[in-house]
Amino acid sequence: MPGPGFCGLSPLRVFPSVFVVAALLGLLPVLRSHGLQNTVTSKVSTMGLYIGPGEGDVTSAPPEVKQEVHPMTNHSGTPHMKTRKAFPVLGIDYPHVRTPFEVSLWILLACLMKLGFHVIPTISSIVPESCLLIVVGLLVGGLIKGVGESPPILESKIFFLFLLPPIILDAGYFLPLRPFTENLGTILIFAVVGTLWNAFFLGGLMYAVCLVGEPPINEIGLLDNLLFGSIISAVDPVAVLAVFEEIHINELLHILVFGESLLNDAVTVVLYHLFEEFAGIDHVTFFDIVLGFLSFFVVSLGGVFVGVVYGITAAFTSRFTSHIRVIEPLFVFLYSYMAYLSAELFHLSGIMALIASGVMMRPYVEANISHKSHTTIKYFLKMWSSISETLIFIFLGVSTVAGSHHWNWTFVISTLLFCLIARVLGVLGLTWFINKFRIVKLTPKDQFIIAYGGLRGAIAFSLGYLLDVTHFPMRELFLTAIITVIFFTVFVQGMTIRPLVDLLAVKKKQESKRSINEEIHTQFLDHLLTGIEDICGHYGHHHWKDKLNRFNKKYVKKCLIAGERSNEPQLIAFYHKMEMKQAIELVESGAMGKIPPAVSTVSMQNIHPKGLPSERILPALSKDKEEEIRKILRNNLQKTRQRLKSYNRHTLVADPFEEAWNQMLLRRQKVRQLEQKINNYLTVPAHKLDSPTMSRARIGSDPLAYEPKPDSENLPIITIDPASPQSPESVDLVNEELKGKDSVLEEEEDDDPGLMMHPKEPSSPGTDDVFTPGPGDSPSTQRMLRCLSDPGPRPEPGEGEPFIPKGQ
Amino acid sequence: MGSSQSMSEEVRELVSKTGFSSDQIEQLHRRFKQLSGNQLTIRTRRTQLTWMATRQSSWAFNHSSLQTDMFTSKENFNNIPDLELNPIRSKIIRAFFDNRNLRKAPNGLADEINFEDFLTIMSYFRPIETNMDEEQLEHCRKEKLRFLFHMYDSDSDGRITLEEYRNVVEELLSGNPHIEKESARSIADGAMMEAASVCVGQMQPDQVYEGITFDDFLKIWQGIDIETKMHVRFLNMETIALCH
Repeated sequence: MPGPGFCGLSPLRVFPSVFVVAALLGLLPVLRSHGLQNTVTSKVSTMGLYIGPGEGDVTSAPPEVKQEVHPMTNHSGTPHMKTRKAFPVLGIDYPHVRTPFEVSLWILLACLMKLGFHVIPTISSIVPESCLLIVVGLLVGGLIKGVGESPPILESKIFFLFLLPPIILDAGYFLPLRPFTENLGTILIFAVVGTLWNAFFLGGLMYAVCLVGEPPINEIGLLDNLLFGSIISAVDPVAVLAVFEEIHINELLHILVFGESLLNDAVTVVLYHLFEEFAGIDHVTFFDIVLGFLSFFVVSLGGVFVGVVYGITAAFTSRFTSHIRVIEPLFVFLYSYMAYLSAELFHLSGIMALIASGVMMRPYVEANISHKSHTTIKYFLKMWSSISETLIFIFLGVSTVAGSHHWNWTFVISTLLFCLIARVLGVLGLTWFINKFRIVKLTPKDQFIIAYGGLRGAIAFSLGYLLDVTHFPMRELFLTAIITVIFFTVFVQGMTIRPLVDLLAVKKKQESKRSINEEIHTQFLDHLLTGIEDICGHYGHHHWKDKLNRFNKKYVKKCLIAGERSNEPQLIAFYHKMEMKQAIELVESGAMGKIPPAVSTVSMQNIHPKGLPSERILPALSKDKEEEIRKILRNNLQKTRQRLKSYNRHTLVADPFEEAWNQMLLRRQKVRQLEQKINNYLTVPAHKLDSPTMSRARIGSDPLAYEPKPDSENLPIITIDPASPQSPESVDLVNEELKGKDSVLEEEEDDDPGLMMHPKEPSSPGTDDVFTPGPGDSPSTQRMLRCLSDPGPRPEPGEGEPFIPKGQ
Repeated sequence: MGSSQSMSEEVRELVSKTGFSSDQIEQLHRRFKQLSGNQLTIRTRRTQLTWMATRQSSWAFNHSSLQTDMFTSKENFNNIPDLELNPIRSKIIRAFFDNRNLRKAPNGLADEINFEDFLTIMSYFRPIETNMDEEQLEHCRKEKLRFLFHMYDSDSDGRITLEEYRNVVEELLSGNPHIEKESARSIADGAMMEAASVCVGQMQPDQVYEGITFDDFLKIWQGIDIETKMHVRFLNMETIALCH
């Protein structure tokens, strides 16, 4: 079927299905009241509870849908009966828009559902979202069927070509590389040996069941059973992600289960194609089996190779995009997608290719692209993957209702049973083996979670759906069994895993922000361990990692990263990221007029004892002086703004207008706040500067600083930081290092040097924010003045998202 | 002790002292002999010869290289080619001679270490055992962190002062010639402020945070499972590092 037709319906049958969606949406209030009044069945009542308020509370979104849908259905009914050409221009041409219309409608439905779940916090804390979505899918499918239509089925083509890649790319691009590489051996063993074991154990046992079974199933041969086993045995990344994201399990377990689900794709692909091929031919020779074994390496390594090639190409391309920032994110998406498609083209593992390309390109791309592009990439990936995930689960539900089923108790129940047994045995056996080599052993608790986290999902379903009915007459039986296993794992295991994690007191993920200290210590530890390995003459992990880093720094980075940043050590890059993030946070909190919750009051003078508090004098500002300061400030702010704006227009390629306008608003708001707060800003600086951080910190902590001149002149220098949301006594330390825009500007962005607040340069824009009442202050006494929370100089930080992705 | 001839009795003693297995001790002893040139101790001598001399002596071990030394590092360790590239090389070598780590004295540096001392240092890098209980784990964690802390706290005053911290960061970044001291310092300053805010919280403007104490250090490391990170595999050592 060409094109992304979501449902395989003929045009004529489409209108009712559209109507059904409309009806469903219209039905929601009814459902809700139903659910609230009498608890019919538990499923329906939960449905009513979460959909109802979700739909109802979400202001105007649902009515819009109805408006969209109803006219269409109403009109669509009429023109067929009437004669044509009643109006020469106006007419209904639904087939013309059908596909995109339906696709959008489904996506809209998915989004609204997702929205609904998050409006009600109690439900989503008990039941995983994936379960709820499947239930929604079941209901939608049931409704469609109830109106006498055949509901759409999750087409394998759409699933593999459009729905799966975003999820995998998101996972690959934001893969926590460190734990992944540290546990790569374990993950590989689970993914390869574990999946093989599952497939053959299950296939073999199912064959035995079929042999002794009743007529309908005893025709299933060994190959068919093995094929079935290989389909059902692979842990599904989509399902695992959906559940594990919610339970916040510790990093090690998360990466073990999730990594396994990603890497077992190669095994699944090989086994699937192999058995499918074997089923078509008459007899399988030993040679075929050897070839099949070899093809495993070809598929997995080939996939990785394709991914790496595309990843490097993407990194190399991003080196030259500094003038066309707008399309930077597209390169990342397109190259990754191309990697996936190219791998699929040769029946290689597309998932491996996607992961490899994401992992490969990320460090270099991130160094090359702008901060904005990075945010765009992040948001797009997250958006796409979450929508894909939602759609996948909904369609899983719909397809369950839609597909024709062949329920056979013996087959289904034994499948489920053997699936669980195979998983448990596999994990136990493999951990016993792996623990011999691991330094950090896997405890029984870990093993339990790994076994229990082996969720099956839509990949298995789609693979089963792909089977050819002519070769596999038992396809429907297979699909039924697959769906049962999926539902069991997603519902039973997915719902109980959270209480079990709590019950077993499995270590959870520490929700700590990555701090500079941590980064320094981690790097220090890395070097230390490398050193110790060298001293005891052992060429271990750290040794090779160090070698690889050196190689990377020496050659690869030079080729793939443009300009200065190729020389930037990780620590500095990390520091810049932190600065940026904190600056953004500060601007945000400033704009919100709130002091951030984690207020701490440490400033540079606290840690650096050189400066003596005795130098401090308390300022005594009269009311009219205050008024004066305020006025000057306001004027200066506006002037700065204007100049920056015009400057932007000439130098920045990214569209500055919107940003400038927003910042103008922001600025105005801040000035207003300033007027309320100005009294709080009076304090005194203590000492001379040493480093940029210190100076920044001091200014951060003393937004309004009075410094007596060293000579006889008593005129103080007043520095005012108009936008700092803190009071002088309590300065958020986080914000303190907010060199933020300043240093970032200085050190990484060379394309807008004019925007920097240069220290020690009286004529620089930085002095705009300085109020110097005395005419006699010389440049030498001027301290480095930077407007800390001034969003002006930095056109970038529009978004308030932390720069560093959570997954790291 | 540490003599290369009769090990068996001493090995048993060392096993109980350091927790290494006898295999590991044997491996490490072979390595130790290599490093010390079959001497009983690895020595430190602060001769101040030039960089060139170190280079000329090449990586191959010979006695002339005993005479060549950078001025703070310890001569025997200088023969390890891979260590040469390590940015915190001098801190690592220093840690081996640190009396605090050797549990001999509260401060100062030892002039030479024998095999037992070498093992003592190495035992900081032993992985945790599976059968450890909470208390032992905590102890192990503290020991490891203390070792790290001593590496940072170069003047043994129980605090990592700002100067010491800056020094650490500068050394970390020293592998890169393009970095100015300025940025290293600002990173250290930022980290120090962060540490102060984590450890002290609210501070008055005239209050002074003198440095990170060991307790503060523990607090900073809270988020990281050091016991699962700071370890080295001691078996299967290859002895080609010296003879390249």
